[in-house]
Amino acid sequence: MNMKMIKARLAAWWRGEEDLTEELYGSPRPEEAPAVPDTPLPRLHSTFVIAHTELRAFRWLYAVLSAVFCLIIIGTMLYAVTYMPPYGSADTPTINEVFDRYVEQGMAETGAVNTVAGMILDYRAFDTLGESFVLFTATCTVIILMKDDPDLKKKKHPYFVDYRYDPIVHSIGSLLIPVLLVFGAYILFNGHLSPGGGFSGGAVIGSALMLYAMIFGEERATRVISERVIQTVVLCALGFYALSKSYSFFTGANHLTSIIGPGTPGNIFSAGLILPLNVAVGCVVACTMYTFYILFKRGRLS
Amino acid sequence: MRFGENGLINFEEMAAIILFAIGFTTLLFNRNLIKKIIGMNIMDTGVYLFLASMGFIFDREAPIITDGVTDADRYINPIPSGLVLTGIVVSVSVTALMLSLTVRLYEKYRTLNLDEIYMLSHNRGGKP
Repeated sequence: MNMKMIKARLAAWWRGEEDLTEELYGSPRPEEAPAVPDTPLPRLHSTFVIAHTELRAFRWLYAVLSAVFCLIIIGTMLYAVTYMPPYGSADTPTINEVFDRYVEQGMAETGAVNTVAGMILDYRAFDTLGESFVLFTATCTVIILMKDDPDLKKKKHPYFVDYRYDPIVHSIGSLLIPVLLVFGAYILFNGHLSPGGGFSGGAVIGSALMLYAMIFGEERATRVISERVIQTVVLCALGFYALSKSYSFFTGANHLTSIIGPGTPGNIFSAGLILPLNVAVGCVVACTMYTFYILFKRGRLS
Repeated sequence: MRFGENGLINFEEMAAIILFAIGFTTLLFNRNLIKKIIGMNIMDTGVYLFLASMGFIFDREAPIITDGVTDADRYINPIPSGLVLTGIVVSVSVTALMLSLTVRLYEKYRTLNLDEIYMLSHNRGGKP
């Protein structure tokens, strides 16, 4: 991808010549199946539905009841806000001994400079394990729901945009993908030192993978990141997380001393298990985001 | 019924409640399933704003220890930040689940309107 090619593409796009595949890539654009219109299932007209007496009565009742319900809930919440402690003050009930403990002892006990990372991955690591399993369960459910139904053939939508042949998306995206991957890895590995961590870094890496699948085609993406790769990565990450945090079951919950010490706070290799746990969570999040994209686009993983 | 005196001072919590209300009314008054999901996401953002504003304290820094100062009077509360993280993850999972259910419904009934789905599923939408 050099500047000359980008210039040629932009110029051709400006002239309005849409299909430049052959002169840019050397191979003709693959023949696409003609778009089939939707199956002639009975498509109801909204006016007819409203005219139905039973449904019309139900809609009136529904509108009145939901308006009353909304007004009650919103009024109660606004009324409660007027009695809450003033915004930004330091003597609210939430600023208690837990906050003092996390801020004052957190760095010495966990080794993490970022107190939030020390909190969610050391003091409350089981909570984050549950969050990872929520993502895993959502992935499984979406896989089950989006599985191809042989009775309902997937039709290509007539307004479907194929970004593989879009000159702007293709050139900008191929410049952006390495930057996004490096930035996501930086957020992952600096989670205990700076804002960030497993969830945000994993989301950035997942968006890079989605962009790759969008501009190079799902066939090529699923060849690199196949179903088996995703399953292995997610299983290893979740299994490592569960094993590394379940030692407290065996040692007794009152003697929570990690084998790996906290290290020197501020170094990249410090804070005990927080760095590997961040990487594990990031792998799960990136795979989940990518799986959602591929499933909603194709209906299957490989 | 008397209102408390902190109504205008708590403007950020007020904005969060109004955002929640916009999402809630969108969820209740729209018949389109995609618009209902959008309303649910707006509700989620209202909850995040509420939690983040609960943790904020004036003239303090983000809870990342700088220069080795571990004084509780210097940093804001880190606990609501962790709760927002939990909320975002659950919201992403729930949104993906709802969207995939919507895709299945659309494949079967070719419509996103809840009333039409109800009529079709009860075999009442045939001939007028």
